[in-house]
Amino acid sequence: MPEPDHLLDSLQMARFAADGFLRFDELVPRELNEAAYEQMVANEVERPPAGTPLSSMWTDTPLGEVFRLPAIQGIKNSLVGTDPLYDHHAVHTVGANHLQGQAWHADAIIDIRQHFDIQFFYFSHETPREMGGTMILPGSHFRRISESDIGRYQNFRGQLPMVCKAGTVMVAHHGIWHCAQPNRTDQRRYMFKLRLNPTARQLRLWNTEDLGDPKISGILGTNHEWYGNESRLEVVNRIKFWRFLTGDEDFDVGYWLSRLENEPDTPQQQAA
Amino acid sequence: MAQRQKLLVLYAHSPDLNSRVVSWSEYDGTSTEKHTSGDSDAPPYDSVVAAMREGWRVIQFPQQLPSYPGMEYNTAYLKYEYILEKLEELDA
Repeated sequence: MPEPDHLLDSLQMARFAADGFLRFDELVPRELNEAAYEQMVANEVERPPAGTPLSSMWTDTPLGEVFRLPAIQGIKNSLVGTDPLYDHHAVHTVGANHLQGQAWHADAIIDIRQHFDIQFFYFSHETPREMGGTMILPGSHFRRISESDIGRYQNFRGQLPMVCKAGTVMVAHHGIWHCAQPNRTDQRRYMFKLRLNPTARQLRLWNTEDLGDPKISGILGTNHEWYGNESRLEVVNRIKFWRFLTGDEDFDVGYWLSRLENEPDTPQQQAA
Repeated sequence: MAQRQKLLVLYAHSPDLNSRVVSWSEYDGTSTEKHTSGDSDAPPYDSVVAAMREGWRVIQFPQQLPSYPGMEYNTAYLKYEYILEKLEELDA
């Protein structure tokens, strides 16, 4: 059951750590989707300077209203806190009958922080597979690559096209690999992307009442099948990320880090 | 007759050429067909060896290098990238 403040719970946060994204289907109401779509079509989205407090922006526009919805506020507050900064936005469109997929990429450049930005992907209209939409690669967010370095790849086991109803919102870690998909329909496709930077330490910002749930370890151990032999290394990345998120420096999954951290230097006691 | 090259790039689960393909790309110099991101949900072959049995010639093996110190747990590109080719005769 959603909390009154719409914060994410620990299972959702673990899923974000393992997959690099969370998806919320049909989150935005129809009237607002239609108004936001019209705003994008009219190219009337104000572009403030990077680093502008999000709370001061888009005070009287449909897209601003979308990101002030209590459910989206809860997602944002759980991941980047209550006062994030605007990084940039993009009205991404794919023209009708555009048959070329975009090259796989991650946004920006190599980013080695444990602190992380988020990107909202908002689909204001229905997006069937023949229309695209954005394709993502679950579990790719910790890979250290720079933008289109990965453009040689075309397909992965487990790749996931965002096929969704109007009003669906995805929120992703800044490192997620993604690409726009061809649009085989007669209509231009729109997707609104918004990147936010945290201004507070990302430490237990979500509803942590279920932090001891034993299912968390299982989620953090998820094996995305495209990893191949590197699956265990990805679990190590997630353990480190979970320690960062929770402040629990002893947290482990499957003893992977505890084993490596066992470097005793106490002399063995001699038998009396 | 002119020869043209087709490339098939297979990313394997491990260095074992019999291991499962986890990612794949195709680049076709014999036609105007242009493969693109997300254009198939299943690989054309389950392994590199399966492709070899269909006439694909392996032209690049991935090198195996130890991790740079301090980067043992970092991940980036897919490690086990095999590049295969087929040559086709075309009317000049």
